[in-house]
Amino acid sequence: MSEPLLEVRNLCKSFGALVVADEVSLALRPGARHALIGPNGAGKTTLVNLITGTVEPSGGVILLGGHDVTRWSQARRVKHGLARTFQINTLFRGLSVLENVCMAISERRAVAAKLWQRADARADVIAEGMELLESVKLDGDARRLVRELPYGRQRLVELAIALGLRPTVLLLDEPAAGVPSAESHVLLEAVEALPESMAVLMIEHDMDIVFRFAQRVTVLVQGAILTEGAPAEVGGDPRVQEVYLGENAELHGGRR
Amino acid sequence: MEQPAYRNPLRTGAVRPTELLPWLAAALGFFLFPDYLQLGSQILIMVLFAMSLDLILGYAGIVSLGHAALFGTGAYTAGILSAHLGWSEPLSGLVIAGLVAGVVGFVCGAVILYTRGLTLLMLTLAVTILLQELANEQEHWTGGDDGLQGVVMEPLLGLFEFDLYGQTAYLYALAVLFVVFVAARTIVGSSFGQSLRGIRENERRMHAIGCPVYRQMLRAYTIAAVMAGIAGALLAQTTEFVALDVLSFERSGDVMIMLILGGTGRLYGAFIGAPVYMILQDQLARLSPEYWLFGIGALLVATILYAPEGMLGLAERYGVRARREAP
Repeated sequence: MSEPLLEVRNLCKSFGALVVADEVSLALRPGARHALIGPNGAGKTTLVNLITGTVEPSGGVILLGGHDVTRWSQARRVKHGLARTFQINTLFRGLSVLENVCMAISERRAVAAKLWQRADARADVIAEGMELLESVKLDGDARRLVRELPYGRQRLVELAIALGLRPTVLLLDEPAAGVPSAESHVLLEAVEALPESMAVLMIEHDMDIVFRFAQRVTVLVQGAILTEGAPAEVGGDPRVQEVYLGENAELHGGRR
Repeated sequence: MEQPAYRNPLRTGAVRPTELLPWLAAALGFFLFPDYLQLGSQILIMVLFAMSLDLILGYAGIVSLGHAALFGTGAYTAGILSAHLGWSEPLSGLVIAGLVAGVVGFVCGAVILYTRGLTLLMLTLAVTILLQELANEQEHWTGGDDGLQGVVMEPLLGLFEFDLYGQTAYLYALAVLFVVFVAARTIVGSSFGQSLRGIRENERRMHAIGCPVYRQMLRAYTIAAVMAGIAGALLAQTTEFVALDVLSFERSGDVMIMLILGGTGRLYGAFIGAPVYMILQDQLARLSPEYWLFGIGALLVATILYAPEGMLGLAERYGVRARREAP
């Protein structure tokens, strides 16, 4: 079995008396499709913030491609292949869709620090940006300002920016959140079309999406891992049904 | 009303015909208003100063009420060079003043850019007040409240005397403005400039895509400081005097008002806002020496209410929309 691209060992975080991450451990190998589920306030987004480095852990270790990145800056982790999306759109709203993805591409290519190079001379950055937009079917909106797009399209931009970084590990924080189900298929297709070698961790509430997407599922409750396993196993676990799935348990569990 | 739905994907570097307008106006001004060249020079200097503020406010989104700190540093550097150190060659004085302001900007920026929002605003203000007090105390060097006397300028390039009518001063200011503008335009059109827009639009996302946000902001702040220092030095050199008010809060406020009137984040906002503000001030002060500020205030209120993106924003909304939507 290949080495994990991302490994989290005994990660802890508390804000005062409130424990938001309690000895969390997980590993993502190349090609992993891992879902992170749990009730509201379980600490799922906090875990993403800990892994990306926006929040400093109280204890534990984060390994990225074998490097201990626990004390690394957010930017340095990104340069080593870690990218994320946000549950709430975090976009450059006043810029065009193409500019949004080119922002990430320039960062990755390390041209963003160049003072004397014209933005429009970066033909290859733009070409890559257009290619990326085509791959997520956003090329028709390339020149539109992000704030003028419907919400569902904006969610797609959210994903496209992260893809512009060509990450080896991608953390998706509820990619389809707030998108009407009639439109969410475009988003899910984009998620399913992610490069096979990429390791993906996805926070998701919708169990249909989890079953469709994930090979493994981790259930987080009050900052601690309740269980981890294949989707069917986890879906059938009475403890999971009790804390997370609630009354709808049978409905969703029964589909598998 | 909504903003234009389409926009150049990454702004083009080609010079648009409208971009020639301000330079034409400045050249025409030289011939049409020979009696107003001193006001003209001051307008050009404030355009330069407002443009440097635009770089940090309009592009990087750093709100500063202390931009006069850097303007004043440049003015006093150029003034002291001539009045005390006998260094009266204008161009080298200008460069030195720009560099000193750049160093001050870098050091201040390194501290204050760790903060955001109100804290940042207050710190920029505090730096200006500290510097002004310092200039006030060091009378030997600065002349304190009386201003710095004894600044003299050698002929420009050894050829052109600074004349009483302000012709040399005007053309000197215009040439310097042009050179700095070309540099600024290149910078905001570069990948670096694009990255600053990203920080303004969404700092959080910039962190998440691996941008060294602090470093980029500090670079922008330092570049803007050099520009502001050059503007201040131009004022000291062309008026051969430095008053304590180069470091005043009012000057920081004025330049921000000028920029907001013209429109931020466009570089050209400074070219509209500074002349409008200063010509209006000149005319209103003649009409009513006591109440001219009321006129400026009314204009500012109208701008905020009806053209929140400044006069250029307004023009863009109505005039340029059709052209932008064309393929």
